[in-house]
Amino acid sequence: MFKDVTLGQYYQGDSLIHRMDPRVKLVGTVVYMVSLFLFSNYYCYALSAIFLLVVIILTKIPIIYMLRGLKAVLFLMVFTVVCNLFFTPGEPIFKFWILKLTMEGIQSAIYLMIRLTLLIVSASIMTLTTTPNQLTDGIEKLFKPLAIIKLPVHEIAMMMSIALRFIPILMEETDKIMKAQTARGARFDSKNIIVKIKCMIPILVPLFVSAFRRASDLALAMEARCYHGGDGRTKMKPLKYAGRDIAAYIIMFGYLGIIIALGLLRVFGIY
Amino acid sequence: MKFIKAKEVTYEYIRRDDDGNVEGINRAVDNVSLDVKEGDFITILGSNGSGKSTFAKHLNAILHPTEGSVWVNGMDTKEEDKTLAIRQSTGMVFQNPDNQIIGQVVEEDVAFGPENMGVKTEEIWERVEEALKTVGMTEYRKYSPNKLSGGQKQRISIAGVLAMHPKCIVLDEPTAMLDPSGRKEVIRALRALNEVEGITIILITHYMEEAIYSDKIFVMNKGQIVMEGNPKEIFSRVEELEEYKLEVPQITRLAYELKKKGFNLPDGILTEDELINAIKGL
Repeated sequence: MFKDVTLGQYYQGDSLIHRMDPRVKLVGTVVYMVSLFLFSNYYCYALSAIFLLVVIILTKIPIIYMLRGLKAVLFLMVFTVVCNLFFTPGEPIFKFWILKLTMEGIQSAIYLMIRLTLLIVSASIMTLTTTPNQLTDGIEKLFKPLAIIKLPVHEIAMMMSIALRFIPILMEETDKIMKAQTARGARFDSKNIIVKIKCMIPILVPLFVSAFRRASDLALAMEARCYHGGDGRTKMKPLKYAGRDIAAYIIMFGYLGIIIALGLLRVFGIY
Repeated sequence: MKFIKAKEVTYEYIRRDDDGNVEGINRAVDNVSLDVKEGDFITILGSNGSGKSTFAKHLNAILHPTEGSVWVNGMDTKEEDKTLAIRQSTGMVFQNPDNQIIGQVVEEDVAFGPENMGVKTEEIWERVEEALKTVGMTEYRKYSPNKLSGGQKQRISIAGVLAMHPKCIVLDEPTAMLDPSGRKEVIRALRALNEVEGITIILITHYMEEAIYSDKIFVMNKGQIVMEGNPKEIFSRVEELEEYKLEVPQITRLAYELKKKGFNLPDGILTEDELINAIKGL
């Protein structure tokens, strides 16, 4: 079950998107997310979806991979959609007990579903095409100005990169622990929510113990390799903007501009 | 020239109870003195809890002796401003390959050490190239470490240390979590490093087979060095080794038993060929 999580896993490749500067991808992802929440309007969503599709094609990663990331947050999605369906105030078209289904509810549920899908796929694209090291390099460089206000930018970036690196390892470990506990008679297939939560304890305890042990090992290994914080550190792959990155910025902000224009035209009732 | 010199090193762990009161003191390393020449292949043998790993951590200035001193390349490990220089000249590889790989891509992991040292970008690329070639992992440079076998991961860890251009590498049970083929892979890589590149190797292990090729063996038990000598000398003392809970390789054991039965075989036979030749010569 844990094999499905693609969030935070790099997909080996050499496409245009892979080679792009991580700062572009970071800013791009944020811009894209903002663009999704600016307007609730099908024309805008259609444009966003097309834009995303083009990017996916450019990454040369099978689309299945992106959609797998969705599976992991399926529960969250269903939950928010259901909440929106039944708890949005408006004209009820169907009433049952305290639940009422409203036209506005259906509308906002659909909007939300589209938004979440596009949002998660776009985040997956970033993590699939960017190695955590690049990602942290990007974050470190983007937020470097904040070091002035004593924000430990390098340390945060390093922690994030290590967390990302250990996700697949800890996932695998969880799988192993679950099998080991199943072999000893633990039942994870119970439908009862209380039983299910109780079942998490024999998984989480060994998982945490092992995570702490790994952390202490890793700290030792990093120290042994002369790690001493961000001071005086050089990079194997220092970030430098290339022509394609500038072009990507232009396309990105062009896209944002079109979305805003499209949305505003709609708001003012031009179409 | 003595590259590493340990003089009367003692290291104590202080055990505390839940309230932080001192419950007792564990002496993990007890009065250990040893010298390592540059270019040597040294093996430190010992069973679980013999203090060999604790001692190894002293060579990299991760631990500091409670009593006594350790000099690496002429630098005292107690001097804090020398710590980085010591870690650069004596790299360390640990037991669990997963817990020492920092990068998500092989080449980025190998670059981690040089990056910390502040090596220039172009030179980092050269070093990574060279280190990966030395351990024979060049074709995997773009891979994710998670997709590699245990032996390959350990070779990456070795490359990560090599890229720092050390004079000596300390390996703390690098094969304990590997299968037999992975184990051979790592030992082969170490021998090549020692013979071709002239790098001093200090191998900490409890597998005696891995000690066959070393120039000198130290056996540790309960924090002390109890035996020291070349493989032939050490391996001929079968009963003593077993007392220290070390498993003697089958060939050596067979030769030893034959000799006990009255066959006139030489002491300390290490390999199959040696035994065959010795039996033929009877």
